[in-house]
Amino acid sequence: MDTNKNLYTIVYSTILVVVVAVVLALASYLLKDRQQRNVAIETKMMILKSVNLAKDASKADDKPTYIEQEYSKYITDSSITEGEKTLPIYICRMENQEKYYIVKLHGAGLWGPIWGYISFKSDLSTIYGAVFAHKGETPGLGAEISTSMFSDQFIDKTIFEGENFVSVSVVKGGAATGNHEVDAISGGTITSKAVEAMLKSCIGDYLNFFKANLNNTPLVPVSDSTIVNPSDSTMLINQIDTTKN
Amino acid sequence: MDKKIFIEPIFLKNPITVLVLGICSALAVTTKLEPAIVMALSVTIVTGFSSFIISLIRNTIPNRIRIIVQLVVVAMLVILVDQILQAYAYEVSKQLSVFVGLIITNCIIMGRIEAFALGNKPIPSLIDGLANGFGYGLILVALAFVRELFGSGTLYGIQIIPLSWYSANGGFYENNGFMILPPAALILVGLIIWVQRSFTKELIEK
Repeated sequence: MDTNKNLYTIVYSTILVVVVAVVLALASYLLKDRQQRNVAIETKMMILKSVNLAKDASKADDKPTYIEQEYSKYITDSSITEGEKTLPIYICRMENQEKYYIVKLHGAGLWGPIWGYISFKSDLSTIYGAVFAHKGETPGLGAEISTSMFSDQFIDKTIFEGENFVSVSVVKGGAATGNHEVDAISGGTITSKAVEAMLKSCIGDYLNFFKANLNNTPLVPVSDSTIVNPSDSTMLINQIDTTKN
Repeated sequence: MDKKIFIEPIFLKNPITVLVLGICSALAVTTKLEPAIVMALSVTIVTGFSSFIISLIRNTIPNRIRIIVQLVVVAMLVILVDQILQAYAYEVSKQLSVFVGLIITNCIIMGRIEAFALGNKPIPSLIDGLANGFGYGLILVALAFVRELFGSGTLYGIQIIPLSWYSANGGFYENNGFMILPPAALILVGLIIWVQRSFTKELIEK
């Protein structure tokens, strides 16, 4: 058969594309549940890690089940209504009744999105834990933001200086002394700076809530379904039924 | 015959050190051992199966759209590998991120299809593809070994250089930051090529 005819070429490419499309669609269909579950577990694990839980998740026999159990044990999904926006906030209640507030972070790194979770003690200024992740930062350089060596530096830093929101800066060398500074990653300056910008903008969204509750210890009780902040009636913490998620 | 197809790409016709193909990803993913190993496996699977599939249909491919057909097949395999990694090896797939998708641009794959699979039967093509992926993987692992050990002081994520040696802890040692940058990989590849050529008669050019 003459494989150089136009008709043959067109029919051949059509069939090829259809076959490939079917294979890929099938693969996507078959693997989707597993992939989505991986993503959901990953999110929950990050939230747990931001409050320094689930440390031994990798040792668990059945990691997904372990994460699900830990998550439902400690974490409550909530949200704040800030003007027209609804901002998610996760509340962690430890066995000793300590409460931590977890905020989701998202920003732009060097090559793609970066995100993370950061938890605050109930004074809403002191960082209790942080965890970062990225889509495609350079391995060994910017990608190091996802290591505990980087994220553990945030523990016990404060985001408020008196009443002023200062966030946490990423600086070069010798930052261990500052209350609002952490060490950047060598060779990962752009990603490190992106983390700084992400903290500033994402925590910034919650600023009214943070300011209103700054140093209020203990803060809003978790068990109440709706808490109206005395200083600003537009701010609500809505308890979301966790079973729906 | 078959044995030669498998042995040659590993040493005498190594895709990286002799043919100097697939350099881009060799520089990109070799800062750590684990992503390098998964990358090597992924590339081996893609080169093997793309050569096999193209060889199966080699007599039916219209010559004018030959390259496009090859690309479609390779792209399909790369997406499959990416999807499977996301479903079954989520952690590593996150580390490799964009580089899995970039396997399609790896010159070794198209190179082997053009040079071998189009003119040979499926089974030898499969072996040729796998062997080339393996030859590529060997260099990747060697590079990652050196770069992770001297760049981060770890191997496969496990601390090798004692922490007490570091100057931060009062010792004398510092990680070599240059090792985790791409130029270090290029220099290391250059050194490997130099050593291999000096000791292999067949490769010495007149």
